[in-house]
Amino acid sequence: MSERRIGVYICHCGGNISDYVDVKQVLEGIRKEPCVAIARTAVFTCSDATQQDIIKDIKEQNLDGLVVASCSPKLHLHTFRSVAERAGMNPYKYVHVNIREQCSWVHRDDKPSASRKAIRLVRGGIAKAGLMDPLQSFRIETIPKVLVIGAGIAGLRASLALADLGIGVYLIEKKQEPGGWVADMKSTFPNHRSGAGLIKGLVERVHAHEGITFFSGAELVEKSGSVGAFKALIRSGDEEPFSVDVGAMIVATGFDTYAVKEGEYGYGMEGVVTLPEFKAWIDTQPAGELVYNGRPIKTMAYVYCVGSRQAAQPDLEKPNKYCSRFCCSAAMHGAICASTLQPRVRQYHLFRDVRTYGKYETLYEDASRLGSVFLKFDGSAPPVVESNGNGLTVTVKDMLSAGEELEIDVDMVVLVTGMVARENKALNDVLKLPIGQDGFFNEIHPKLRPVETVIDGVFIAGTSQGPKTSSESVAAALSAVSKCAALLMKGYVELEPLVAQVNSDRCTGCAVCIESCPYSAINMIACDTGEVAYVNTSLCKGGGACVPVCPENAIDVLGYTDDQIESMIDAMAAEPLAEGAAT
Amino acid sequence: MSDHDAAGGESPRILVFATNNISDPGVDLAGSAHMHYPASVVVIPVPCSSGIKPKWIARALDKGFDGVFVAADGTDCAYMLDCTKRTAKVVEEAQRLIREQGGDPARVKMAAICSVCAEPFVSHMEKFSAALAKIKAA
Repeated sequence: MSERRIGVYICHCGGNISDYVDVKQVLEGIRKEPCVAIARTAVFTCSDATQQDIIKDIKEQNLDGLVVASCSPKLHLHTFRSVAERAGMNPYKYVHVNIREQCSWVHRDDKPSASRKAIRLVRGGIAKAGLMDPLQSFRIETIPKVLVIGAGIAGLRASLALADLGIGVYLIEKKQEPGGWVADMKSTFPNHRSGAGLIKGLVERVHAHEGITFFSGAELVEKSGSVGAFKALIRSGDEEPFSVDVGAMIVATGFDTYAVKEGEYGYGMEGVVTLPEFKAWIDTQPAGELVYNGRPIKTMAYVYCVGSRQAAQPDLEKPNKYCSRFCCSAAMHGAICASTLQPRVRQYHLFRDVRTYGKYETLYEDASRLGSVFLKFDGSAPPVVESNGNGLTVTVKDMLSAGEELEIDVDMVVLVTGMVARENKALNDVLKLPIGQDGFFNEIHPKLRPVETVIDGVFIAGTSQGPKTSSESVAAALSAVSKCAALLMKGYVELEPLVAQVNSDRCTGCAVCIESCPYSAINMIACDTGEVAYVNTSLCKGGGACVPVCPENAIDVLGYTDDQIESMIDAMAAEPLAEGAAT
Repeated sequence: MSDHDAAGGESPRILVFATNNISDPGVDLAGSAHMHYPASVVVIPVPCSSGIKPKWIARALDKGFDGVFVAADGTDCAYMLDCTKRTAKVVEEAQRLIREQGGDPARVKMAAICSVCAEPFVSHMEKFSAALAKIKAA
């Protein structure tokens, strides 16, 4: 039995855990475990105050092991390793136990079962913590260059910000021209600035900046290496692919607009247009009479949430359940443009909810002030668009006038379409970034780590991550820039020491492990008894493919050794499930 | 969802090996989406499913787990392209060990769980739990 002195902290996570897990019962269930020197609960273990309390406990109680049972390790593993380090404890003596995503949130319907499971999980963590060895992270030199993929507004802005910080940039764009969607826009919200002008200015600065190398018609075709030192193979046009060395990557590949199906809300009929089609049209209209396909446009209807907030339907293979965020504001802005060009134009907005959040609320106010009329419909009874011989008729049940059914004759119907994830299988295959249920790239955490991905050194920005306005895309791009800068400007990155290790006493030199390693990280070295396997720690990624192939059981990945894993198995298996049976 | 069945009997205990970067986030996502699976399921995270030792699986069954589920990276593995093949070898070897111990190799199951495979994971847990209950009853 280990002689460790372990501190165990069980988090309420506000009520995210304690509403469904009896944290007091968990505390009592683990308090008497042999190595537990101190056990406490905390409302938020990640709060500064609790972190300070843990540091104090580690120092005062002379702890040499730490377990926090809280949310997913994806969120706070590093937080608590840092707590251990600040208290003078080796950070790799910390074990994180996930009792939120893998316990309280899953078993909300059965608190006693969730509580018993939490006890088993924490016991597993304590058992492992009792066997964790102190480890030192590895340092590798970082390459002060970044590959930015996509030269839309996010990619351009990120490239300039990086280059201004002295970080070299390779900016690649799949299309021949940089600029993305914004480059085609004449007026953008909220300030009616010209999108084309904005992009022109950015592109000029990019071309003039000596720290940025721009490749058009270029794609990433292969990625190797790891954080701080990637090798990226790029193909530009028909030329032979070439490789660049970079320390990090920013993926800013943008979005596609929702493709309305023929017949959906009358799409295909003359006068029914999508939001981008409307935008392209209104941007080219002179002041005065609005004309579309030779017809005067005097009355218009906007149908909101087309292709967004979709409910599951039998004929819809993959509904877009999310709100596209930008489209309410974009439609309001378009309506303001139309009213400004032709003050007599009548505009009806058929909405489910108006989500012109934050400062964009003024667009809603301005559109209303300029005469736009708003009619709220229920998502289950969407408006119907039909041809009436002369033009179009939109039928809608207005929820704000006691469900009155209204028929509105209009000259144009604007389908306010949202954003969808861009189809980019080839790039996805190279990057291997997780993709969310909405089809966009997934960040580690939308609030805590909003531009980081599970692939260290690969960041996401802009609408490749989800629907955003252009200013939000730029904010995300600059966030990714600051992450790259923090990573690369130090000159080195510290890598986890959780790599494979050979027990040379057991190794017979059969060399089976050498073939199993995809990184060529294992070599044979001479020793007194002949040759044994040796792991080059800077090449080893700690995946452990070599571990089960060893016929002598001579290899372990540090942090996942036989003792550590088997102690967890034993501890979690030993906990009886029945009520009151726990000791 | 309880750790006991409707008749009050213990639900089959399942140990899941999930991978830090791919399948464990998928298991997390099931929780984030507030989906349900039996509370008798517990997870041990590992770096890659191809690095699991068969003897860990055999030990889990020996120590009281009714089943072991290997949530493999499949083709999403960031480490290697043939991860599925390698993990399958681990599972085959574990099944061989279990047979040697006189156990039922059906108590070990492997499936690819990606970082967004919340629904498939829940479905696997429900089906595997039902299958293990039958094995227990036999």
